Amino acid sequence: MGYLAGQYDVIVIGAGHAGCEAALAAARMGCETLLLTINLDMVAFMPCNPSIGGPAKGHVVREIDALGGEMGRNIDKTFIQMRMLNTGKGPAVHALRAQADKFDYQHVLKKTIEETPNLTLRQGMAEELIVEDGKCVGIITKTGAEYRSRTTVVTTGTYLRGKIIMGELMYESGPNNQQPSVRLSASLKEHGLQLVRFKTGTPPRVHKDTIDFTKTEIQPGDDNPKFFSHETESSTNEQLPCWLTYTSETTHKIINDNLHRAPMFSGAIEGTGPRYCPSIEDKIVRFADKPKHQIFLEPEGKNTSEYYVQGLSTSMPEDVQLGILRSIPGLENVEMMRNGYAIEYDAVVPTQLWPSLETKVIDSLFTAGQINGTSGYEEAAGQGIMAGINAARKVQGKEPIVLGRSEGYIGVMIDDLVTKGTNDPYRLLTSRAEYRLLLRHDNADLRLTPIGYEIGLITEERYAKFLRKKEMVEADIERLRGIKVKPNQVNDMLTAAGTAPMTNGTDALSLLRRPEVTYAMLETVVPSTPDMTDEMKEQVEIQIKYAGYIEKQLQQVERLNKMEKKRIPDDIVYSEVHGLASEAKQKLELVRPLSLGQASRVSGVTPADLSILLVYLEHYNRVTAAKGS
Amino acid sequence: MVHDTIAAISTAVGEGGIAIIRISGPDAVEGTARIFRSKINLKDAESHTVHYGHIVDPATGERVEEVLVTLMRGPRSFTAEDVVEINAHGGVIAVKKVLDVVLQLEGFRTAEPGEFTKRAFLNGRIDLMQAEAVIDLIRSKSDRAFSVARKQAEGALSKKIKELRQTVIELLAHIEVNIDYPEHDVEEMTSAYIREQCGSAIVEIDRLLKTANEGKILREGIVTAIVGRPNVGKSSLMNVLTQENKAIVTDIPGTTRDVIEQFVSLNGIPLRLLDTAGIRETSDVVERIGVERSRNALEDADLILFVLNYNEPLQAEDRELLAQLKDRPVIIVINKTDLPHQLEIEVVEESMPAAPIVRMSVVAEEGLDGLERAISEMFFEGQLEASDLTYVSNVRHISLLKRARQSLSDAIEASNMGIPIDVIQIDARAAWESLGEILGDEAGDSLIDQIFSQFCLGK
Repeated sequence: MGYLAGQYDVIVIGAGHAGCEAALAAARMGCETLLLTINLDMVAFMPCNPSIGGPAKGHVVREIDALGGEMGRNIDKTFIQMRMLNTGKGPAVHALRAQADKFDYQHVLKKTIEETPNLTLRQGMAEELIVEDGKCVGIITKTGAEYRSRTTVVTTGTYLRGKIIMGELMYESGPNNQQPSVRLSASLKEHGLQLVRFKTGTPPRVHKDTIDFTKTEIQPGDDNPKFFSHETESSTNEQLPCWLTYTSETTHKIINDNLHRAPMFSGAIEGTGPRYCPSIEDKIVRFADKPKHQIFLEPEGKNTSEYYVQGLSTSMPEDVQLGILRSIPGLENVEMMRNGYAIEYDAVVPTQLWPSLETKVIDSLFTAGQINGTSGYEEAAGQGIMAGINAARKVQGKEPIVLGRSEGYIGVMIDDLVTKGTNDPYRLLTSRAEYRLLLRHDNADLRLTPIGYEIGLITEERYAKFLRKKEMVEADIERLRGIKVKPNQVNDMLTAAGTAPMTNGTDALSLLRRPEVTYAMLETVVPSTPDMTDEMKEQVEIQIKYAGYIEKQLQQVERLNKMEKKRIPDDIVYSEVHGLASEAKQKLELVRPLSLGQASRVSGVTPADLSILLVYLEHYNRVTAAKGS
Repeated sequence: MVHDTIAAISTAVGEGGIAIIRISGPDAVEGTARIFRSKINLKDAESHTVHYGHIVDPATGERVEEVLVTLMRGPRSFTAEDVVEINAHGGVIAVKKVLDVVLQLEGFRTAEPGEFTKRAFLNGRIDLMQAEAVIDLIRSKSDRAFSVARKQAEGALSKKIKELRQTVIELLAHIEVNIDYPEHDVEEMTSAYIREQCGSAIVEIDRLLKTANEGKILREGIVTAIVGRPNVGKSSLMNVLTQENKAIVTDIPGTTRDVIEQFVSLNGIPLRLLDTAGIRETSDVVERIGVERSRNALEDADLILFVLNYNEPLQAEDRELLAQLKDRPVIIVINKTDLPHQLEIEVVEESMPAAPIVRMSVVAEEGLDGLERAISEMFFEGQLEASDLTYVSNVRHISLLKRARQSLSDAIEASNMGIPIDVIQIDARAAWESLGEILGDEAGDSLIDQIFSQFCLGK
């Protein structure tokens, strides 16, 4: 019944946030690419909260953009609210977050995909991998279409053997009642991939006209919104507010009275859920002494009345969900349009991947997104673009691109996944990064645009603009270093800002180091050149103000890099490395780190083991050199 | 790995004699130059030369020890890196003090087991054939170190460090939640809270460092100087304590000229006795040297036994000593109580109200128990239960504790300056990691665990 339906360089299975980035990257890098999805109406769908960004996640979106990806541009076109979070804290943790018009988001991205050269978007459910000599060479769909490829990227999200659970009800389904992908799991397993069962959930959606907003607090967007993409310069999008309310005593009572019906506690759910976004029933049981929990009401788009009830993720039965909703101030008469649910799905144990996101057991097969044990659109998209880049580079016979932990949150996330694995759905947090001060929101372009350009995802025009920004920032720092400021020029200003007046003259750069002094204040005394943009000024200010801390972290990175550069040969047999502890042998054999740096992060590997490994590598290199000569 | 500078005592530690501290790595010369006072700057010195001078504590400017420093620049050294060896002759305590100062230098740390040899191998100084031997060395030494660490980890010290880490990690989790969940209704992070948490951790570290001192005392003895003007019975007291006739005892003033060290155990209290020549001005050159050394010994002493004669009124020299020793840890020993009373005890009490007074007759061997009690009160608050105390004993632990303390006080300072919390977090995290190094714990993931167990977060 099968037929040969096409021959591609890269096939991407799944058109969610990971799949879209992967397919776009591969196609833009010149590879003939096929993007397969179970349902064409679900491209770039947001099955959970209609928002993108926030701490760490927003950083990832900026990074995707700097590499030439789509998520940043797409949300800039379709946001209905934009807020910069953490503005009261240091520059490293400023984080942009957008509410999306989830329908616009999908449609705009689908159109971009449809218009991208080399990219074919097609509806079809992949059911089987074609593996020849340990190498994935294509897939077969449910309808018997056989697509051949040189590399394949699997981004199935929560569709793999998906199962929706709600109270006593349980049925096989993908998110939002889509068809699940049942047979692909078996094919992955058959070819040697180990799978685990994870769980996530989503809250109910309610009708806007049945909400009493007077009982809630308004949460508006920023007056002067910033953007995710370095390409976006302005926007005319109208902003809609979100609304804040809280659970009540009645809410907690309803939940406690119905715990016997909660699948979380009745044992119906076998998958491991994320610790960081527990369901409301989980929160109330684990934090019993907390009298109330925040609930945000978020619009799902301009042309819909559906509101997302953030904070109320639940898998309680439908009748209990309604009771819970109506116990919340402002929602007393609410109409529930869709119920919340928990969903279980298969994920790949991510330590089975190389840092390029290619699987170790099946050559030319890559996985990205929720299938790798993560959670979140941004985490998925960040892996998606890397998998797409590396799948394309493999086709082109080039070395994979692996971002370091000091280069980006994407690097931190992938290194965590492939080196340590994860026991529950992985969410990025800024605290997962050792070098938070280097991985800032504002410098994502400085960190990654050169890489995006090198691999061909950043246009000449954009790169030239980037270089100009970089040069101007550097020149401005030098300019400030050279300008002398006299006490009488600035002392009034300093006193007004609550900082000590100066007794001797100093240079403008030193003055800007003071926590209380801003670039804007300095400009009143020492005007900047007219072509400096706000973005450049911000960059100058941050680089100067935090120079000491940044320098400290750079030194740590330099040390780390020495270990990262010590490559471990592919053919190392850990069981034969004399002196390694047996736990270290097992763990290292499993993860097969590429460098000594990565080895140092494998759990169970002690400093003594690393020493031994280092000595072994030296020994190995000398023997190899001796053989060569 | 081979980017930092390592240091360790490289000779077996014995009592007295010469010990060598070996330092290897990129900062070996420059770092040592910062703590070495000598006629020449070590940085300018030629390779393979020896220099006389003093190790100075850069924090206090205090001279720690008189030393010879040997300089071998890489690659012509054992490890092929820059190597500095510090020869100290002052016995266990002095050597440890020097190592302590060395390890405070930035970029310096204690060498891991077998690490000098490992570096020698990695830098091509050791033959390939020896590679396996190096590995065995690392393995066996680490395993031994591990079992020691394990023992300590089960003990009271590890409990204390864990509590300390908990304080810091709660602070960290709080900061992180404020950053990662800015809209969540968790308590806003305030600089007052940072100061409070860091401050209480510092208090606890100081307490541990103090017990470190007690630990040192139990291991190395209370450095005790016996002082008094000539012929009040100093050497006799020492002899009673040691039950031996090591010091020369005569009735002629000034016959005891050198500093003699003795280890004794006074009912379980270890004393490291320094007998000193009589402290008085003298024109005799030989004797002057002895007097000079006594003064130095006095500076270093943990305990001063100030001997007075019951049988004579206070002399000018006695009064001078009373004034000199005012703020030192002194126990006044009034000797010769078997003879008639002449001494103005009220005057003594008045000028040194804090010092305990013990009456003895050394000749009659009376009053020793009183001395014992007084020492025990002074150092162990009267409760000497060796097995019960939390002792931070090794130099590595002490230097890590000090490092953690520094990071915490940096955090407080940054907080006072209005530095944002995500930057302060860097210091707090450094403190947490230093403490973690003591336990050998892996840092990373437990912070994430803490965040999710401490706070209720969700979407």
